[in-house]
Amino acid sequence: MSELRRLLTGIGVSPGTAVGPLVIVSPPPLAPADEAPTTDPEAAAVKVRETLAAVAAGLTAKAAVADAHAKPILEAGAMMASDPGLAIAIDGKLQAGKGITNAVTAAVEEYCAMFESLGGYMAERVTDLKDVRDRTVARLLGQPEPGVPELSEPSILAAHDLAPAETATLNVETCLGIITAAGGPTSHTAILAAQLGIPAVVQAAGILEVPLSTIVAFDGGVGEIIVDPTDDDKVQLAERKARRAKALAGGTGKGATKDGHPVALLVNIGTADDARKAAVKDVEGVGLFRSEFLFLDRETAPTVAEQTATYIEVFEAFGDRRVVIRTLDAGADKPLAFADLGHEDNPALGRRGIRLGAIRTDLLDDQLEALAAAYKATGADVRVMAPMIATRQEARWFAEKVRAVGLPKVGVMIEVPAAALRAFDVLSEVDFASLGTNDLGQYTMAADRMQGELATLLDPWQPALLDIIAYACDGGARTGHPVGVCGEAGGDPALALVLVGMGSPACRWHRARFPAVRTALSLHDLVRCQQMAAAARAAQGPVEAKRIVLEMADKILLDLL
Amino acid sequence: MASRQVAIGSSVGLHARPASMFVQAATATGVTVTIAKDGGNPVDARSILGVMAMGAKNGDVVTLTAEGDGADAALDSLVALLERDLDAE
Repeated sequence: MSELRRLLTGIGVSPGTAVGPLVIVSPPPLAPADEAPTTDPEAAAVKVRETLAAVAAGLTAKAAVADAHAKPILEAGAMMASDPGLAIAIDGKLQAGKGITNAVTAAVEEYCAMFESLGGYMAERVTDLKDVRDRTVARLLGQPEPGVPELSEPSILAAHDLAPAETATLNVETCLGIITAAGGPTSHTAILAAQLGIPAVVQAAGILEVPLSTIVAFDGGVGEIIVDPTDDDKVQLAERKARRAKALAGGTGKGATKDGHPVALLVNIGTADDARKAAVKDVEGVGLFRSEFLFLDRETAPTVAEQTATYIEVFEAFGDRRVVIRTLDAGADKPLAFADLGHEDNPALGRRGIRLGAIRTDLLDDQLEALAAAYKATGADVRVMAPMIATRQEARWFAEKVRAVGLPKVGVMIEVPAAALRAFDVLSEVDFASLGTNDLGQYTMAADRMQGELATLLDPWQPALLDIIAYACDGGARTGHPVGVCGEAGGDPALALVLVGMGSPACRWHRARFPAVRTALSLHDLVRCQQMAAAARAAQGPVEAKRIVLEMADKILLDLL
Repeated sequence: MASRQVAIGSSVGLHARPASMFVQAATATGVTVTIAKDGGNPVDARSILGVMAMGAKNGDVVTLTAEGDGADAALDSLVALLERDLDAE
């Protein structure tokens, strides 16, 4: 037992501790390159049909017990697997002599290419089709279908990375924690785990080599994983958990530093349902209402009346507390069926955010009209901001539109380095700004957020990112307009201190991180935060920056991570 | 051989839910039905992938064909389905 004990480290992305048996989510098998060619296409065709029918039956059974979100995805998959056209397309590949799994892969590939060329809604169906392919190939190879297995007892899930569809069907009751070998702090897995309050570690090299059912203990705050933990390990972890609970117990009410400098604690929401759930909690308002959730997965744009009703619901839920809403942030990587500008080679650098808004002014105008109507109906503290602003001219264009409909406060997201560097100019046009640290990090480091291997470059403690954030805060301060923080960076209690030290008066993050950040703030005064900010920026790298800040911090902070 | 022409009534065109409803209805008729968009190749109406890949939009005229017993009745029921705005229902 104990001689097998070993340590693995990754990046902690969702705090909390977990101990339990490991369940490995196997990656989908690929069609083998050295597969024997098909010599009896008729027999192979029968086998393909039997396998497709089994895949369809499996998906139908899953759909029958799935929730409203997962059900249509699973039903669509079942229908694709039962498609006679697909079977005929595979027949053609078999007759040409391709091995059976390669025939399935090649036929699916042709449909994928067709769907991708149609764009929009069709291109999104490629994910469903590839899922059907993976299940079929696995069955033909005599392997279990890929995906998260049914958990018979509470377990810790390990995977290379989890797809959004897999995380959407996770059972919070039986999933004690998530450890992935790939992924990054801003990957879907990380964000979803934090939202569900499930401890999680990403970039844990070696986790997939740990045998199934091995007991694993880990800490999703510091990213430490103990394989085959000793009883002492378990006791220590439990003690840490207790210390954390104690440190967090006292914190309620408005956020403030030890010397009373206020820091607004704001949540992010996507829907009216989120708003109702968040509004009853101890929060000071909404720091980011991602309005695109109203638009995604729809065939036509929501009408002004429909949007107005939703906005009224959200504003009423929060009463006189602030609601910061970001106008539609969609683009080539989050395609909308009704606002598809066509294929782009580089969607993250393409016509997204306000750039899409400037082309489809009808969508933006409708949204602002609905927001103005909801504001008039409720008199709420509404603040409207635009995504992906790069220049002063864009900020002015947006501000004029917002003010023209009678909305009281207008702001911008700072997620493009250009806007951070010219924050004085940009903030001169608007009333406030909010730093989107995830995208700002991606654009500052030229590193794709979804590329797990680049996690080190995307570490929010990178001194270059801290420099550019400091630049934005300074520019904002010179105009007298506040610069708040959105993004996962605001959820790290130690980093929150650094950001406050740079002059950011508001942080927003998911509710699960609230108590830790509130407690961290209450332990440090503003001068100490400013010293931490200076020390972090003087560091030579992200690891050093965080270490120095933790050394300067109250020791209780270590239990909050 | 029976044949009918009909303009797609669904406001989103023939994909997503309307496409699944059409394919399910075509499969339920038990008759071999094909569907083609102006000048395009006919595809099996029981194939969700084929029907979606046609990319038929609202107002596009499609041709349905079928053979054998019950062909006329099957086509009449499918035409009635396609004329409706399935997405709004």
